[in-house]
Amino acid sequence: MNALIVLVPMALLLGLLGLALFLWTLRSRQYEDLDGAAARILFDDPPKHGLPGKGKHP
Amino acid sequence: MTSQAAAPARFVPEPVGLSRAECAHCGAGLAPGQGAFCCHGCAGAHALVRGLGLDAFYRRRDMAAGTLRPPESPPAFDAESLAVALPDGTHRLELMLSGLSCGACVWLVEQALAAESDVLRARASLSARRLTIVWRGPAARGRDLAALVARLGFRVAPWSPACLRAAEDAEGQALVRALGIAAFGAMNVMLVSVAVWVGGDMGEQTRALMHWLAALIGLPTVLVAGMPFYRSAWQAVRAGRANMDLAVSLGVVATTAMSLSEAFRNGPYTWFDGATALLALLLAGRVLDRGMRRRARQAVAELLALQEGSVALLCADGTTRAVPAESVQAGDRILLAAGERLRLDGRSAEPVVLDLSATTGESVPRHLPAGEVLPAGAVNMGPAFTLQVTAALRDGSLAALGRLLERAEQGKGRFVSIADRAARLYVPVVHAVAVATFLGWWLGVGVEWQVALVPAVAALIVTCPCGLAIAVPAVQVAAVGALFRRGVLVASSTALERLASADHVVLDKTGTLSEGHPELVPNPLRDPALLRQAAGMARGSRHPLAQALLRACPDAPVEDGVEEVAGYGLRKGALRLGSAVFCEVAEPLDSGMSLYLARPGEAPVAFHFTDRLRADAAAVVAGLQALGLETELLSGDAPGSVEAAALATRIGPWQARATPADKAARVEALRAAGSRPLMVGDGINDAAALALAHVSASPANGTDIAQATSDIVLRGDGLSALPYAITVARRAQRLARQNIAFSLAYNIVAVPAAVLGLVTPLIAAVVMASSSIIVILNALRAGKEAAS
Repeated sequence: MNALIVLVPMALLLGLLGLALFLWTLRSRQYEDLDGAAARILFDDPPKHGLPGKGKHP
Repeated sequence: MTSQAAAPARFVPEPVGLSRAECAHCGAGLAPGQGAFCCHGCAGAHALVRGLGLDAFYRRRDMAAGTLRPPESPPAFDAESLAVALPDGTHRLELMLSGLSCGACVWLVEQALAAESDVLRARASLSARRLTIVWRGPAARGRDLAALVARLGFRVAPWSPACLRAAEDAEGQALVRALGIAAFGAMNVMLVSVAVWVGGDMGEQTRALMHWLAALIGLPTVLVAGMPFYRSAWQAVRAGRANMDLAVSLGVVATTAMSLSEAFRNGPYTWFDGATALLALLLAGRVLDRGMRRRARQAVAELLALQEGSVALLCADGTTRAVPAESVQAGDRILLAAGERLRLDGRSAEPVVLDLSATTGESVPRHLPAGEVLPAGAVNMGPAFTLQVTAALRDGSLAALGRLLERAEQGKGRFVSIADRAARLYVPVVHAVAVATFLGWWLGVGVEWQVALVPAVAALIVTCPCGLAIAVPAVQVAAVGALFRRGVLVASSTALERLASADHVVLDKTGTLSEGHPELVPNPLRDPALLRQAAGMARGSRHPLAQALLRACPDAPVEDGVEEVAGYGLRKGALRLGSAVFCEVAEPLDSGMSLYLARPGEAPVAFHFTDRLRADAAAVVAGLQALGLETELLSGDAPGSVEAAALATRIGPWQARATPADKAARVEALRAAGSRPLMVGDGINDAAALALAHVSASPANGTDIAQATSDIVLRGDGLSALPYAITVARRAQRLARQNIAFSLAYNIVAVPAAVLGLVTPLIAAVVMASSSIIVILNALRAGKEAAS
C-alpha cells in the first residue's frame, strides 16, 4: 500500500511527461514532413552555411 | 533513401559524345547517337550539379526516369512579387516543387541553394513538396533562385492557397493530438485496470482508490480525446440523422457514466479502460484515413499549381510585366505568346487561331475573326497577339463556371456511404437492446438500477461500433493507398464507393481518349532526312506544332542560326519552316494543323498533324466493357473524327458536336433513368458534366477546373489505370461489406452474453481488440490483392 503512494504518482508523472513531449513535438511541427525526415537522417555531408541551424555563419 | 545501400558502383561521368543507354541527368532512355544527355536542359543541369560538387546526387537519387528533365522555359511566374519581406531585411519565398520525389532531391535542392552566398535558409519538405528559401538582399534575387532550382530539373510553381489548404490540415492536427491523448489515457487507465482484474485479494479501500485513479485519468481523456466524435455526432443529431459517430459518442459517454456510478458504488469493475481504448483505436483509424487522403489532395493541388501562372501585362510604355492573372482588370491589355493558354476572357483586334479543345472539344484549331469574344481556356496556336481583357478573373467565364460547379457539388453531398447506411440501422437496434437490458434487469429481475446499468452498458460496448466504425475506413485506407501508388488520386471520401457502383461510362474524346495535343501523321513517302532537318529547326520554338515535330524526331541535330519570325515560322538562310503563307504554298490543305518546309528551288514539303488517340484507349474501353460498364462517347468535336475514334476503340453510342450543356444534360438524363454514370473528361467543357455525374475522373493533362471537379485524378500517362481503379474500388466495397457482416455476426454471440451479465471489462477488451484486428487484417487485403 505504501509502495503505491510513491509508484502510482511516479507512473502518472512519467506518462504525463511523455504526453507533454508528444504535444510539444506536435506543436513544433515535427510530423509535417515525415518522408523528408526519414531521408534527412542519411545526409552525411557537413552542412553548408545555408542549412537550418547554421544560418548566420557563412 | 533505401537505394543508397544498394547503390551501384561509383558514378563515373562519361565524356559527352559516347552513347549511353540513359540520360546522365534525368535517367530517361536515349536514342542511339544522342550523347550523354537527352536534351540541352539535362546537359546544363548536369554541369550545374557537377560544378557545385554535388554529383553524389546521381548515386543517391531514386525516381522515375525523366522526372528531372528541366522545363524548356524558365518559370513563368514572377518570383520577385511573391517574395515576402521579413522584418529583419531578409526575404522569404515559398515554392511548390514538382519532381521532388526522393531524399536525394531534397539534399540536392538544399545544397545547391545553400551554396549561394546570400541564402540564409533553404528547406524543402518532401511530403508537401514545399520549398522555403530565405535570403539576404533584394526581392529580385528570388527570380534567380527560382530559376536555379528550375535549372536543376524541378518544375517550380508558386505555393498556392490550394497547396496550403492541402498541406496545412488543422483538423488532421487536432485528430493527431486527440489520438496522443487517448493513447496516453488508455495505457494509463489499463495500468490501473489490470491491477483490479488480477487483484482478487485486493482490499475494498485499495479497489476504491484504483477506481478513482482510473476516473482521474479516464474522465479528462474521454472529455478531450472524444471531441472529434462528439462534434460530428452533434451535427448529425441537429440534421436529424444517425451516424457512426453518434453510436461511438453514446457508447463512450454511457460507459463513462456507468463507470463513474460504479466508482461511487465501489463496484467490482469500472470500464474506463474500455472507453479510452475505444477512442484510441477509432482515432488511429481516422488519422490513417486522413493521412492517406491528404497525400492524394496534395498531389492534386500540385497538378493544379503547375497550371497556375502569370500573364504578360502590356504597360503603357509598350513593355510587358509578368503579373498574376487575378490582378488583371477588365480593359487591361495582355500579350499572349504562341502556345500560351488564355487565362482571361477577351477580344483581339486581329484575327487569331485558337485551339479550343479545352472549351468546346474541337480538335482542329479554329480561325476566329477580329473582335470575336475569346473564351478563357483556349490555347493560342497562331502568332503572339494582344488580348483586350473583357472581364477580370473573378467575373469571367471560368469563375462563373466555378460557381455553377460548386452548386452541383453540393447536390452530390447527399450520397450516403455504406458505413452511414449501416449506422442508420445499427444504432437504433443496439440502443434499443441496451435500454431493454437495463429495464429487464432493473424492473424484471429487480436489482438496483446501478447494477442494472452494468449489463446494459456492457451490451453497448461489446456491440461496440468499434469493428463497425473501423470496418469501412480500414478498407478505404488500404485501397486508396494501393491506388495512390499506381497514380490514381482519390480526392473525395466517398469516391471509391461511388466508383464501385458506377454502371455506365461517358467518355470525352479530345484530351481524354486522345492525346489532346497534335501528333505528326507519319507519311512513308516523305524523306526521313527532311523530318530530321525540320525537327532540328523546330528545336528552338515553343509553338505546339514545332514541339510536335520535335517529339516525332527527338534526336534531331541542333540547327544553329535559326531565327523565329513570330507567328509565321522559322527561317534559316533560305530554308523556311512554318505556315502555308510563310512558305508561300499555293493551296494549303487544311486549316491549322500543318507545317511546311520550304527549300529554295524545291516544292514545299507538308507535315500534317492530328490529335491521335492514346495508345491505350482501345484497351481501356475494352477493359471498362469487360467490367460490365456501358460505354459512350460524348464529344464537342466534328462528327468525322468522333466516329473514327468510336470505331477505333469500339465504344458504344457516340455523339458529336456536344456543347457543355448537352454533356451535362446527357449525364442528368442518365441519372434520371436510374443509371450511375462515371464521367471521364479533361476540358472546361466537361466540367459541368463531371460535377453532375455519379462519379467523375480526369486525366493528368486535364484542365485545372476539370481536375478540381473530379473525384478521381489519374496522375499517370493515359487512362490505363481507370479499369484498375474500378476493380480496386469494387474489391474494397466487397471487403467493406464483409467487414460489416463480420461485425454483425460477432454481435450475435456477444450481445446475449452481455445482456445476461456474463461480460467483464476484461472480456470486453479482448472482444474489442480481436474484432478490430480481424477487421483490419481483412481490410489490408484490399491493398494486397490489388498489387498482385
